[in-house]
Amino acid sequence: MSETPHIDIDYVANLARLDMTEEEKSKLGSQLDDILGYFDKLNSVDVEGVEPMAHAHRVANVWRQGDQPGETYAPEILTGMAPDHRDNQVVVPKVVE
Amino acid sequence: MSDLHFKTITELAAMLAAGETTSVAITQAVIDRTAAVDAQVKAFLSYNPEDALSQAKVSDERRSAGKSLGPLDGIPIGIKDTLAVKDQPLRCASKMLENYVSPFDATCITKLREAGAVIWGRLNMDEFAMGSSTENSAYQTTCNPWNLETIPGGSSGGSAAAMAAGEAIATLGTDTGGSIRQPAALCGVVGMKPTYGLISRYGLVAFASSLDQVGPFARTVEDAAILMEAMLSKDPLDSTSIAPQGETNYAAALKEKKGPWKLGVPQEFFGEGIDPEVKANILKAIDWYKDQGCEIVDISLPHSELAVPVYYIVATAEASSNLARFDGVRYGHRSDEAKDAMTLFTKSRGEGFGDEVKRRIILGTYVLSSGYYDAYYLRAQKVRRRILGDFEKAFEQVDAILTPTSPTPAFKRGERADDPLAMYLSDVYTISVNLAGLPAISIPSGFTESGLPIGLQVIGKAFGEADMFAIANAFEQDHDYHKTMPAL
Repeated sequence: MSETPHIDIDYVANLARLDMTEEEKSKLGSQLDDILGYFDKLNSVDVEGVEPMAHAHRVANVWRQGDQPGETYAPEILTGMAPDHRDNQVVVPKVVE
Repeated sequence: MSDLHFKTITELAAMLAAGETTSVAITQAVIDRTAAVDAQVKAFLSYNPEDALSQAKVSDERRSAGKSLGPLDGIPIGIKDTLAVKDQPLRCASKMLENYVSPFDATCITKLREAGAVIWGRLNMDEFAMGSSTENSAYQTTCNPWNLETIPGGSSGGSAAAMAAGEAIATLGTDTGGSIRQPAALCGVVGMKPTYGLISRYGLVAFASSLDQVGPFARTVEDAAILMEAMLSKDPLDSTSIAPQGETNYAAALKEKKGPWKLGVPQEFFGEGIDPEVKANILKAIDWYKDQGCEIVDISLPHSELAVPVYYIVATAEASSNLARFDGVRYGHRSDEAKDAMTLFTKSRGEGFGDEVKRRIILGTYVLSSGYYDAYYLRAQKVRRRILGDFEKAFEQVDAILTPTSPTPAFKRGERADDPLAMYLSDVYTISVNLAGLPAISIPSGFTESGLPIGLQVIGKAFGEADMFAIANAFEQDHDYHKTMPAL
């Protein structure tokens, strides 16, 4: 992070599957450069040997007590949320040739 | 009884028990007040008077039958638009979820229903809880009832403004980096963020899962304690929820515990960037504790200035992952221009998300991307542990820590809209608490010369809510700031 950080927005936007206009990209570019510059503060602290912290408390796996059926939803409720649906199935644009 | 809407839960519970009022009367007062002032305040995205009144009627019938469920029975509580309430809209103030209706209740809502509460309207927020001013809502900008030209704070700005304006008896918010405490401070109400894991996150739309917590807004510390007690649960539907530990009869404990306490004051929270009026006000509050016999200890949280960069790496990384679910397939916005799998994702997300959400998705995707992961995300996680270590060391010496909640009072609308970094610094005193998973509460501590509220933050030990409430309650009992209401 020693050189001035700069985000290749086209590359990252593609990773994030996010369509952005040229205007949005150019505005975001300069804002993100400011923010990344601010992130460089983190280089001021020695973290040698420090265990990364992903969570506030120690989390352990949570096992279920057997397979207990709980409340379920009718298929039409769940597929009914989809922007396009038919016969209790979600309709999407063609994804295979 | 024209002022029912400004009463506290404890006052109303006593009136209900004595037969001096009904839940229907209280709920109607809140509805009338909302109808009268919300055109100015714009706290609510939607509300349903008939639904609220029918819940109130059931509560009154229960009470008449001698089966009251306790102090929350019949009390109308407003809900931030990020928490699921069955058959109500859940939009996260985003165009992405414009037509979404929840098929189930969040666990915290279930718990409130079990306590008899009347689940009231949907409160405005920054889109997907990303922001510190509620200006990032895709629908409307909420105004601070103390000065309509200023912002109410954020992201739970609607929840805070509704309290200040008397549009609910209590409200729920969520706090990922200060989103309950900062708006509570700016709107002059009580706002509390619990120890991570204490309240189930099931039914809360995830922003940054290792930081998000649900918490109450209330008029008094005691009311906040009552709401917390009702929502405690180890929830099988949230694997990060934790069984309540230590003293959890908060409302009773806050009256019994009298101190004196050992209270830490971190020098790092009074340096550069703090408004002089806020600084003077908080120092005065600290002097009050000293006058009560509390021992004030100068402490140091040396990594404090790194909390904001750590937060904006960790939170955006988690957000970029959590928000990947909005793909235009199963729910949410789908673009009319979607022609294939790729444009289904890219166009739907490009149209559905607002500027700040896009900014954070890009930032989070970048810090997780190949070649940058170690330099940003991994390093931030390591510094996060340093921040926790600072608190652990401080709590070897003190019972709680006193700080300002926000470095400034409410600022003018638009003032920081084009400067995300300045906006991010609004949360400089609240963020480290989320990173460390600690509980903290903001209580009204006075006003600026121009009449804007100031908040004092009390940070407790992990699962130290009972002491934290008692310390905050002691100050509140000797001051009247929480009884002052804005003129609307």
